[in-house]
Amino acid sequence: MNAPVQMRKPKETGVPDNKKYLHPSLAKNYGNWKYHDRPRPGVLHHVSHSGDEVWSVRAGTQRQMDVYTIRKLCDIADNFAEGRVRFTIRSNIEYIVSDESKVAPLIAELEKSGFPVGGTGNSVTMIAHTQGWLHCDIPGTDASGVVKALMDELYDEFRREEMPNRVHLSTSCCEINCGGQADLAIIVQHTKPPVINHDLVANVCERPTVVARCPVAAIRPAMVNGKPSLEIDESKCMCCGACYPPCPPMQINDPEYSKLAIWVGGKNSNARGKPTFMKMVASGLPNNAPRWPEVAAVVKNILHVYKEDARPWERMADWIDRIGWPRFFEKTGLPFTKYLIDDWRGSRANLNSSTHIRF
Amino acid sequence: MAKKMHDTPNLDQLESGPWPSFVTGLKELAKNKDHVVDLLGQLEESYKTRKGYWKGGTVGVFGYGGGVIPRFTELKNEDGSPKFKDAAEFHTLRVMPPPGMHYDTATLRQFCDIWEKHGSGLIALHGQSGDIMFQGCTTENVQKAFDEFNEMGFDLGGAGPAVRTSMSCVGAARCEQSCYNEAQSHRAVLNTFLDDLHRPSLPYKFKFKFSGCPNDCMNAIQRSDMAVIGTWRDNIQTDEALAKKWFVKHGMDELVNDVVARCPTKTFQVKEIGKIKSGEHISSVAVSETHAVEINNQDCVRCMHCVNVMTGALAPGKDRGASVLIGGKSHLKIGGLLGTVVIPFMKLDTEEEVEKLVDFAQRAIDFFAENALEHERTGEMIERIGLANYLDAMEIEADPAMVNSPRMNPYVRTDGWDAEVAKINAKKQSA
Repeated sequence: MNAPVQMRKPKETGVPDNKKYLHPSLAKNYGNWKYHDRPRPGVLHHVSHSGDEVWSVRAGTQRQMDVYTIRKLCDIADNFAEGRVRFTIRSNIEYIVSDESKVAPLIAELEKSGFPVGGTGNSVTMIAHTQGWLHCDIPGTDASGVVKALMDELYDEFRREEMPNRVHLSTSCCEINCGGQADLAIIVQHTKPPVINHDLVANVCERPTVVARCPVAAIRPAMVNGKPSLEIDESKCMCCGACYPPCPPMQINDPEYSKLAIWVGGKNSNARGKPTFMKMVASGLPNNAPRWPEVAAVVKNILHVYKEDARPWERMADWIDRIGWPRFFEKTGLPFTKYLIDDWRGSRANLNSSTHIRF
Repeated sequence: MAKKMHDTPNLDQLESGPWPSFVTGLKELAKNKDHVVDLLGQLEESYKTRKGYWKGGTVGVFGYGGGVIPRFTELKNEDGSPKFKDAAEFHTLRVMPPPGMHYDTATLRQFCDIWEKHGSGLIALHGQSGDIMFQGCTTENVQKAFDEFNEMGFDLGGAGPAVRTSMSCVGAARCEQSCYNEAQSHRAVLNTFLDDLHRPSLPYKFKFKFSGCPNDCMNAIQRSDMAVIGTWRDNIQTDEALAKKWFVKHGMDELVNDVVARCPTKTFQVKEIGKIKSGEHISSVAVSETHAVEINNQDCVRCMHCVNVMTGALAPGKDRGASVLIGGKSHLKIGGLLGTVVIPFMKLDTEEEVEKLVDFAQRAIDFFAENALEHERTGEMIERIGLANYLDAMEIEADPAMVNSPRMNPYVRTDGWDAEVAKINAKKQSA
């Protein structure tokens, strides 16, 4: 190693203690909370066994924030709240105040500054998302732009609590699905095998690694034009794109053939039924930047049908459990194609081995 | 003042509408940063062509092997020079936040000042693994930015085949459902594995997540190799004043349809007060002068539904702790896997008890490091070797809480049966 002598050694401090960042009332009542309620959408009111109360005001952000936006959020915290904030897993900001009279002016200031207050309870909250064209090295689409376009359409549902239960959305810019499981997810679905640049494979890709990465063993080493490369058995390939990250010359993204699919019914909470994975219900939607109107139409339609038809406390998965898949496709008008019948390992558990059929 | 902006007709369309716009934010930054002017140029090109133009590489800080996500532009002119030269390098620093993502404004402002000086000024709060993502840095400035964040008391997160940055919920800091000190366990576990976090050398990534109750707000069961999810063993607690207050507001229809009917094991009943049972495992509370609810806690699976609906009126019990589930992950390579129970319950009240969790995590990491194939997650490894072998390696005894049902096929060699039974009986007798 030729590291310059003046190089600073890292202080391997790991995860910092959160105590000094906690709102004083949260520190004081740590582990001693009794219950909470929601006085209005976007506001949580927590009551401690000690009698202390705090109000948390939740607002949406764009997640990818410029320093001016963060400073503006800090100004609001210093001038209208009590200088402490936290972020939720879905990139909402929460301001914590110990005085109820601060809630209304804080909400007014947030909304005046362009940050919608909401995302609590049975609202459609902010979309968990990925990096997309802005920063990812393998994206099939953008992330922040899709989210901005969709949240513009779902703005009112974020600010209200009118859904049957909470609605979590996610987007993912490739099939790896970094966006994660959600009640409704939008995920890239490639439809053509990768296009291989055989001139580059030998220099860029560790070929055994790439062969091993394929879930269906469709990739094998080959000599192409006198150079060591890889070839794909296109009859086996299901176009997942798993080979692309370890081997960028196997380009999977295509402006036309990389489509978008819609998945529903993921639920990580154990409430009522056990946690569930989401299921694909639509695909073939065009990757139509900058506002993805075809995707937005399908998402809004599913959410609208769910809102009208589900009973209180039914998450998307609970609702579909009650009405059944035939009715889901009937009510949403989505076509049930043969591609939605699972044939991956373990798929027999997803088939209907009974005569429980709704007519 | 920065150089002239590129035309961005596609991105411009993402400035209208009510939701906060990241494009507007980028344009603000671009007024002073050539780096961001060219970032917008490249992003607009992606919107036009529907293709991404970043590639990875090797960029890091002195002493660490991970934590920086290198990005170099692939959008080149014919002579090989970058089309948007000021955004030719756009690396990200992953920085671990405090558990629960709490901040004071002075800290956030200091982040902004450092990142305005050394980076693009674009910060994501937070990435999907929970990191603060400082996006947009040149290779030259990565070390400078890290040194300043590190002096503030912040450290880089994980990347590559390593222990990854973790997340824990707001938990005990502000939630009545919290069943253990999430932040304490989060720090105790993660800070044990800083070498595996900063110097990627595992077969593949390993993620820990900490949720304070079975609502699992951190999505631990689906997104972590080791999920620590709070739960309790004793009876659900009740509060008659809050139960009656709830009933006045919501009434009998909602109690029956939204709570009784949605209890997954039907252990939650509403009865006339005179018919309520009492007993060691019964929780009951009056909701009116005539009616009460009754829960037989032995049949309760701690799903949280009734506690969520009637918060305060009902609450998790006092004998709290956590379940540990192993093997959650997303699709690649064998399909999505949920974590499965390997420790049905453990206490996490004292430092010694948290140390037992750390010890289990250590064994999970060690076994993973030695036995997983390259690019194989823990869940896939268990799929390959079977849960029983994994339990043997972890020195954990089989427990019916680990399965949905016993096996449904005879394809197992059982000549060790008598020895296993003898072991179980011996343990019962010595207990």
